[in-house]
Amino acid sequence: MTDPILATHNLHKSFAALKATDDVSINLYPGEIHAIIGPNGAGKSTLISQICGELKPNSGRIELLGQDVTLANTLARAKAGIGRTFQISALAMEDTVLQNVMLGAIGACGSPWRFFKPILSDTRLRNIAIEALVRVGLQSQMSTLTSELSHGQRRQLEVAVALTLKPKAFIMDEPMAGLGAEGSKVLTKFLDNLRGEAPILLVEHDMNAVFALADRISVLVYGKIIETGTVATIRSSKAVREAYLGDGE
Amino acid sequence: MIRERNLNALVLILLFTVPIWAFFNDQPFTITLATRAVIFALAAVGLNICLGLGGLVSFGHAVFFGIGGYAMGILAHHAQTYTPLMEAPFLIEGTKSMPVIWLVAMITSAFAALFIGMLSLRTAGVYFIMITLAFGQMLYFFSISWTSYGGEDGLSIYVRNEFPGINTLVPVNFFIICFVILCLVVALNAFIKKSPFGLALNSARQVPQRVLTVGLNPTHLKLVAFVISGVITGLAGALFADLNRFVSPTMFSWQTSGEIMIFIILGGVARLCGPIIGAVTFVMLEHFLGGISDFWHIYLGILLLVIVLFAPGGLVGLITGRGISHD
Repeated sequence: MTDPILATHNLHKSFAALKATDDVSINLYPGEIHAIIGPNGAGKSTLISQICGELKPNSGRIELLGQDVTLANTLARAKAGIGRTFQISALAMEDTVLQNVMLGAIGACGSPWRFFKPILSDTRLRNIAIEALVRVGLQSQMSTLTSELSHGQRRQLEVAVALTLKPKAFIMDEPMAGLGAEGSKVLTKFLDNLRGEAPILLVEHDMNAVFALADRISVLVYGKIIETGTVATIRSSKAVREAYLGDGE
Repeated sequence: MIRERNLNALVLILLFTVPIWAFFNDQPFTITLATRAVIFALAAVGLNICLGLGGLVSFGHAVFFGIGGYAMGILAHHAQTYTPLMEAPFLIEGTKSMPVIWLVAMITSAFAALFIGMLSLRTAGVYFIMITLAFGQMLYFFSISWTSYGGEDGLSIYVRNEFPGINTLVPVNFFIICFVILCLVVALNAFIKKSPFGLALNSARQVPQRVLTVGLNPTHLKLVAFVISGVITGLAGALFADLNRFVSPTMFSWQTSGEIMIFIILGGVARLCGPIIGAVTFVMLEHFLGGISDFWHIYLGILLLVIVLFAPGGLVGLITGRGISHD
């Protein structure tokens, strides 16, 4: 088997007596979408925070492309190739759509220390930004203020900013949250094609999307991975059904 | 409604023509007032780079204003008393040359801003305001206690400093020097606003976590903005001291920091010419209302209240009809 792009080894994280992450080992292989599902409070966000470097685990290791990044901060991990989208859109609302994507382009080019050249006449940055907007289908909204975008468009913009960075792995925190059925379908199709570019670690509540997209699913309950497997495995797992999917589903 | 670009041009043209008119009509006091407004505006344009673009509410910009003032005061004091600044390990003499004084003021302010910024930027919000205020107060009391440079009484400089090729003793000449500097700095501000740095800084103000995830360090961005900001305000301090031919601890006081911030809030935060309109309004109120009552700050307070409550975009926002700066 090929080496994983991203791997966690026996991660532990506790808040006082609460074990938010309990011995979590997951792998993200090239070309796959690995979904993480679990009921509210299962520790999905805590796990994402540790992978992205906002929280430090109590023990365990995180590897990106074979490098130990456990002690690296958010900034270093972003530079190393983690492309994150936020659950609650973290976009500059006062700026235009293009300006938001431009920020990603500046990050991709590595240096914000240019004070005189107007950014909109910088063809290199502009091309990176527009390419990302075209891919998510927002190019016609380029000069719209972000605050005037619909919720769905903001989700698309989130993905566009991550695209500019050409990351080695995408970490997506509920990209479908708040999208209608139609929007969810569009984004599902988009992510389906994206996995060839870089694997996606997908935290998602929308089960239709998860079952449609995921190559593998890990089920997180009370901070513990109780099962990892293909869609079929998870659907038929008794433990998962009891713990999470409930009787009805 | 006037477009902001046209308003900016109008403001600069008016600010230039009034003193020129005063020159031909022999009204030197008007020229002095205009110069005062230009220098205040310069200090506020400086603060606006970190406050408007970077969201850093510095309540300690008097530090840089004062450093600029004392850079001028100390250098000119040594020049006029013919005593060297220091003799060992190498000789440094005072100077009456404006460009040299400006350079010293700017470099000293840059280092001060770097130091203060590195410590203050570990905090945010109210703590940032308080820690910058604390630095301002430290320097204020230090300047009071520094008796070799006048202590509480400050330093008087008898003759205005020199600029190569220009007779600075003529008020309108000094005004033009200050005005040209203001224009250059406003242009610099306009460039920064549209540059990659400006965009990244503006994002760091709004969504720092996003800036981190694209691999940029928001704290570094803010620190650089703070230093640029401090350097400009420092330069304004040197000019202010030269205008008055006097420097005193008042330049370091928290009221000074507050006034620089008031210029911005009156005019419009993050607007290119907001600080200029704010400073001009302030100086006019100070002049006309100050003639009526010593307590003219009451009226300033009322105006400030009205602006903050009903026109958060400041006077520029009111005139252009747009509450927030977009460009």
